[in-house]
Amino acid sequence: MSITRRSVLLAVPALAVLRQRAEAAAPVKLGYIEPLTGNSAAAGHAIKQGIDLLVDVINKPYPQLAPLPLAATSGLPRLGGAKIEVIWADNQGSPAVGQSDALRLITQDHVVALLGAYQSNITLTSSAVAERYGIPYLTGESVASNLTERGYKWFFRTTPYAPQFAKLYFDFLANVAKMGKPTSKVAIVHENTDYGTSVAQSITKFATEHGKKIFLTISYNANSTDVSPQVLSLKSAKPDVVIFISYTSDSILYMKTFQTLGYRPPIVIGDDSGFSDPSFVTSVGNLAQGALNRSAYAIGKSGSLSYKMNALYKKKTGRDLDDSVARPMQGFMVMCDAINRAGSTKPEAIRAALAATDMPPSELITAYKGVKFNKEGQNFLAYSMMTELQGKTYVPVWPPKEAIAKLQLPFKG
Amino acid sequence: MILLQLAADGLLLGAVYALFSSGLTLIWGMMNVVNFAHGDFVMLAMYIAFFSFTLLKLEPIVFVPLAAVLLFALGGLVYYALVRHVMRGPMLAQILSTFGLALFLRYTALWAFSANFVSLPSGLVGGVYDLGGLRLAASHLIAGFSALLLTLGLHLLLTRTDLGSRMLAVSEDRVAAELVGVRPDPMQALAWGLGAAATGVAGALIALFFYVSPEVGNSFLLLAFVTVCLGGFGSVPGALLAGVAIGVIESFSAYWLGPATKDAVVLALFILLLWVRPQGLFGRA
Repeated sequence: MSITRRSVLLAVPALAVLRQRAEAAAPVKLGYIEPLTGNSAAAGHAIKQGIDLLVDVINKPYPQLAPLPLAATSGLPRLGGAKIEVIWADNQGSPAVGQSDALRLITQDHVVALLGAYQSNITLTSSAVAERYGIPYLTGESVASNLTERGYKWFFRTTPYAPQFAKLYFDFLANVAKMGKPTSKVAIVHENTDYGTSVAQSITKFATEHGKKIFLTISYNANSTDVSPQVLSLKSAKPDVVIFISYTSDSILYMKTFQTLGYRPPIVIGDDSGFSDPSFVTSVGNLAQGALNRSAYAIGKSGSLSYKMNALYKKKTGRDLDDSVARPMQGFMVMCDAINRAGSTKPEAIRAALAATDMPPSELITAYKGVKFNKEGQNFLAYSMMTELQGKTYVPVWPPKEAIAKLQLPFKG
Repeated sequence: MILLQLAADGLLLGAVYALFSSGLTLIWGMMNVVNFAHGDFVMLAMYIAFFSFTLLKLEPIVFVPLAAVLLFALGGLVYYALVRHVMRGPMLAQILSTFGLALFLRYTALWAFSANFVSLPSGLVGGVYDLGGLRLAASHLIAGFSALLLTLGLHLLLTRTDLGSRMLAVSEDRVAAELVGVRPDPMQALAWGLGAAATGVAGALIALFFYVSPEVGNSFLLLAFVTVCLGGFGSVPGALLAGVAIGVIESFSAYWLGPATKDAVVLALFILLLWVRPQGLFGRA
């Protein structure tokens, strides 16, 4: 086909029509910061797969997923069916990189909101940038309590956070004590960045307020090549319960070192992260039988929303959905729902819609009692249960109304 | 008993550091090229071990030599395709080129093998020996003895053989070596090959008890540089001694002062030592 004067003239109005269409459905750009390389990359990629799945669910009609918000329609109905587009940024496990990621997403990619960033210390730095620029930032995954204690206006958190876990663990241990097992000597082994430090402090604070004492606290660097001194410290102190607040590589080394040094604490609680990383179970699951964990997600009964979402995720990845992926997915749903309710991509409108969020449990993927933010931006209806590694999966064992398997103690290793 | 176990763990950990550093010593010390891709060579060797076992059902007795052979080829290739050319350029070009190679290998691994952590089954080379409460894993012992053997072998090769003398001659003065009839390129390629092969053995043995991931080389790399510096550039026995010293110091400082302080203790001692002996323990001034 040759380009004639006439065809050029015809092309001009055609282009104008195309442009109008594009404007009508301009995609809503969201920035998502995750560790896609570095020591937590396995978790970051698993989360990315979950979010990519949700983008598909929101952008295309999935009527079978009702009552999940935005699933039955395509795009965001109140924004003329605008599609969601996620721009990914790799934080490389570094708070400084996460900070510059946030800056780039806001100033160059002009995202309307930010999500992320897995490691609490990176959420801390990247959300500070969002606060300065007045862009809403939602974390569905980072749990350090200081994140919502900064008096930020633009920061929201859907996941349960450290003080709630502290209560969960001690409620659970009180229940174990009733079964006649000793639980008074609690040791905390935590990695020494914001995540580990904050969760350890919250547990210690809770214990002190309830007249209990933490028996032993060990702080370490998650990138260590060797954890045997820590395990030897535990072996000589003989605690009843060890709570690990660890990332993936270190959790794997602890399980291997338990085996080498022939020591097994009677009760092991892993605070999610490392213990929930999909590669933890595949690489050392056989050395970690009976490890307890917290989870805000359970696959649930056939026909439930959590069950259907797991089926889709499993079809896509070959793995079951777990807590570490389901919580960020829940956060992402809350953000997209808020933008839709705002009916606008203006930051202030989105912020107001987020603050007014009131999502009932029936619309959730996770087991939260709902999503409603307090003044600090924390979802006060967030909720977790205790799970235990039995075979190749974590199964809910406590509280009794969520339990689907019997608690098996002690930790077998 | 705890102290004895700490000492044993420290010694074995130190042997692993020495094992990890052996190839680096050879390339850095002999060729005067800092191989920033060293950690990623180890990572590749660990993946060779992992896939040989899981896909081809090969036993350690087969996959350790296999890793050595494959890494030898990689070392030679890296010399001919990359290092030979950048050695003509400024020092910065050498540093950046191996650094670029490191990133290339790491992100290729990330793309090809995914970011997931994988692990060989424990007890592939025997279980754990319990000597009256002192527990030693067979895999750690094998790594420790291999570090000794490898060090001894490389040391003898460099100091007692004709080939070693030629390699040293090329590293000392390329032009003078050429004048007396030693062709530098094959010698340098051989040094790279041998350094990489030692790395291959190290990686395959470390994979027996450590997790494998594309980032794994990074967690050892800083300590490997410290080990080589501390031992004295190019001194293979020095690297062994330095590795063991670092392992033992780490083990005890982690137990007594807390695990978070161990790197600070090791690096503080390292700086102190460089103050009095800038050439390292066994280095020539």
